[in-house]
Amino acid sequence: MTTDGIGAPLRRKEDYRFLTGRGNYTDDINRPGQAYAVFVRSPIAHGRIRSVDTADAAAVPGVLTVLTGADVAADGLGGLICGWMIHSKDGSAMKAGAHPVLAQDKVRYVGDHVALVVAETQAAARDAAELVAVGYDELPAVADTAGARGASSAVHDEIADNTCYQWELGDQAATDAAFAGAAHVTTLDLVNNRLIPNAIEPRAAIGDYDRGSDSFTLYTTSQNPHVHRLVLSAFVGIAPEHKLRVVAPDVGGGFGSKIFIYAEETACLWASKRVGRPVKWTADRSESFLADAHGRDHVTRAELAIGADGRFLALRAHTTANLGAYLSTFSSCVPTYLYAPLLSGQYKIPAIHAAVDGVYTTTAPVDAYRGAGRPEATYVVERLVEVAARELKMDPAELRRRNFVQPADYPYQTPVIMTYDCGDYEASLDKALDLADYAGFAARRADAAARGKRRGIGFSAYIEACGIAPSAAVGSLGAGVGLWESGSIRFTPTGTVVVHTGSHSHGQGHETTFAQLIASHLGVEPGNVEVVHGDTAQTPFGMGTYGSRSLAVGGSALVKAADKIVAKGRKIAAHLMEAAEADIAFADGKFTVAGTDKEKSIQEIAFAAYVPHNFPGDLEPGLEETAFYDPVNFTFPAGTQICEVEVDPDTGVVEIVNFVAVDDFGVVVNPMIVEGQVHGGIAQGVGQALCENAVYDTGSGQLVTGSYMDYRMPRADDLPSFKVGLTVTPNPSNPLGVKGCGEAGAIAAPAAVMNAVTDAIGQEIQMPATAERVWRALAAAPMAAE
Amino acid sequence: MTLTVSMTVNGKAVSRDVEPRTLLVHLLREHLGLTGTHVGCDTSQCGACVVHVDGRSVKSCTMLAAQADGASVTTIEGLAAADGTLHPMQEAFRNNHGLQCGFCTPGMVMSAVDLVRTNPDPSEHEVRTWLEGNICRCTGYHNIVKAVLEAARTMRQPAAAE
Ligand code: FES
Ligand code: FES
Repeated sequence: MTTDGIGAPLRRKEDYRFLTGRGNYTDDINRPGQAYAVFVRSPIAHGRIRSVDTADAAAVPGVLTVLTGADVAADGLGGLICGWMIHSKDGSAMKAGAHPVLAQDKVRYVGDHVALVVAETQAAARDAAELVAVGYDELPAVADTAGARGASSAVHDEIADNTCYQWELGDQAATDAAFAGAAHVTTLDLVNNRLIPNAIEPRAAIGDYDRGSDSFTLYTTSQNPHVHRLVLSAFVGIAPEHKLRVVAPDVGGGFGSKIFIYAEETACLWASKRVGRPVKWTADRSESFLADAHGRDHVTRAELAIGADGRFLALRAHTTANLGAYLSTFSSCVPTYLYAPLLSGQYKIPAIHAAVDGVYTTTAPVDAYRGAGRPEATYVVERLVEVAARELKMDPAELRRRNFVQPADYPYQTPVIMTYDCGDYEASLDKALDLADYAGFAARRADAAARGKRRGIGFSAYIEACGIAPSAAVGSLGAGVGLWESGSIRFTPTGTVVVHTGSHSHGQGHETTFAQLIASHLGVEPGNVEVVHGDTAQTPFGMGTYGSRSLAVGGSALVKAADKIVAKGRKIAAHLMEAAEADIAFADGKFTVAGTDKEKSIQEIAFAAYVPHNFPGDLEPGLEETAFYDPVNFTFPAGTQICEVEVDPDTGVVEIVNFVAVDDFGVVVNPMIVEGQVHGGIAQGVGQALCENAVYDTGSGQLVTGSYMDYRMPRADDLPSFKVGLTVTPNPSNPLGVKGCGEAGAIAAPAAVMNAVTDAIGQEIQMPATAERVWRALAAAPMAAE
Repeated sequence: MTLTVSMTVNGKAVSRDVEPRTLLVHLLREHLGLTGTHVGCDTSQCGACVVHVDGRSVKSCTMLAAQADGASVTTIEGLAAADGTLHPMQEAFRNNHGLQCGFCTPGMVMSAVDLVRTNPDPSEHEVRTWLEGNICRCTGYHNIVKAVLEAARTMRQPAAAE
């Protein structure tokens, strides 16, 4: 029996290779004879392509080919797709502008891919790319989210109002009626600032065409290699699915940005057949800034109606969501179905209505980034609740408590699709209040004031919908895919185990967590379990990793497969021990015969399965099982974060002096890994609240924040150590009782930080609360009331 | 035009003919196959590329290979003992879950080793300030800081580490 199973803070199996420089990231891979690709990108935000002259570039020594939009068209290469259909409130389908692999007639953002140079060396490709002469007729940029619908210029000629959809959710009449009768209404105008994901490993790809087998291999930085293969085959038309293998080796962080199927890896595959050589591309960071899908970018008017008894009556939000120049792979669902269904928060709100205008702009595509829609929803709900408490002169913890969904209410149906299945929101609030020493805050604030500083405290009681998702549910909402997951368990004859998962690890530690899970269920040591992921040639078809789904959905698939292993093992054990199958019990890695001392270890059963010298005819050899698991519900991780800040009014610098997060993730398999996920999420959320901001110049459409010099990443000295705690309500909707932990920190933190900052400075301010913004706000209203 | 650069890398003498514009990180990754040193940016900001040159931490994307001519370079591949035993800093990162995706890790570890060389007993604040030039997107730095503090303790008392 192993002690390293579920619940153990086991050190990670993957760490030795990463710590000794033996990871295998895409850019570490080199294929024999490989050539190098460099993209020619648009230097302007918006314009018609008059001409593309490749002659000088093609003449550079070492250049193998220069490919343009005309070649894409000539080869009949399909465009990039968006896999989620959204319908506007009038019933019409969303308007999706074409997204060619290389620009055809127009460029639509700075960094849009215009041509591809392939050469013997990266230096030659770079030199040649500079010589590709593109003539543009420049058009006005459309860089402002709020102004896009009324802009004079159309990003896609056929979509005159730059509007992809005007979508709504909830009962507008009931919501308006509740507002009409409310004792108090809190109104906020909120900007959810645009972010650039910035996984530290830049995206990369090697396209490798093999003429002998007429098949392709793509090595790439993907969170979901099977989805990559499906889209590249079925929609772009690179090759039939069985002739395309996608390998996502070690991947250096994703946070959503490596879910999507981009032009670059597509072009590398296509070019590799054209030049007959493997073609490698590695983004430099400047390209990551320009051409990775960005996140967030909402402008929202939000209102909360409250009764005289302090109970919430209704919430409404009107959001303009920037989708960028093209619809990225899942972009359409992020500001709709991943956003508005979370607007009930942890609260009983009888009526909710959300209206979302998805707009095109001449900026990089916007898609899912850690949390995806749920941080935006949490920001709306938790800012409203905090400000309402201030306006009503109520304790913000008390106002929340009064409105929480209570444990007795489950299953709780919100007015916006979701059915919450379990939770205990007061438990996590209470624990957070305790860890934050809320009772001592008034004294700390007075002490800070005596030192000329302003202290503030802010709450964020978030909920998220993870473990995406039941296929029937998402299908009815417009998803083009099912969101189940796969897993297989293969015993070797010597009793060790190889596990294949359709999910993908790019920092989350699946190789450890899944080994622990198998260890607990099958009674083998985690050290004897190898977890394989990220290769379509090895793993069963799977949907990949995003939306905190790997354990809840992928882990559940493995539990199902483990159950099948035990069932098969029971048959073999019954045969070997000459007992009835019904009398065989399995626990702690041993099959036993009830009422006897006979037992066989699972390793002995595995050996017999592969050396079946005397198996009866109806007993199949082998011990290997595959399972597919389709969840029955979303999961609903929830918790409370409390942030305490100190602001220096002379400089505007915001220091986080305390940060508490108490989360309910259901059952926890590896608490060390779970805490690490929380830490990382908080850092990204704090980054959004205090420093990160992707800025396009509204006149020229140029990306102003195009490097780490201008785009302020949170650094070690910007952050404190965090206080993290857990509460547990096991999830009734999956066999493990887990909920998912990957996004909570990023979802909750922006509201907690901004509630603290606005508390400290006594006035509203938009994210990011940089020193300059805070200083300006205080300079304009120095005596703002506390 | 190429020039010949010679140096000691992880204890071994190496010599290569390279273009003058070749950066140290490219010499390591592309000419010597030492892919443990990573490239995360093009503005000398992220620190994924940190190695030791004559014992001091250096961003290898910011140094020409030619500038390291004659130097002794240690990369992440050369930090553990020959038998694979991890350096106390590597061990502490492992114990404290100081890495997730692992991409920033080689630079973080090499930078942190140099911190403890120059300041054997750093405070949390000093660790955070020192690591300001190494960006990690995964860990929120919490466990990295914990790891560096633990490693510093271990390295101060090597005998007690067992
Ligand atoms: S690669 Fe980013 S600092 Fe060297
Ligand atoms: S562990 Fe992923 S960037 Fe640091």
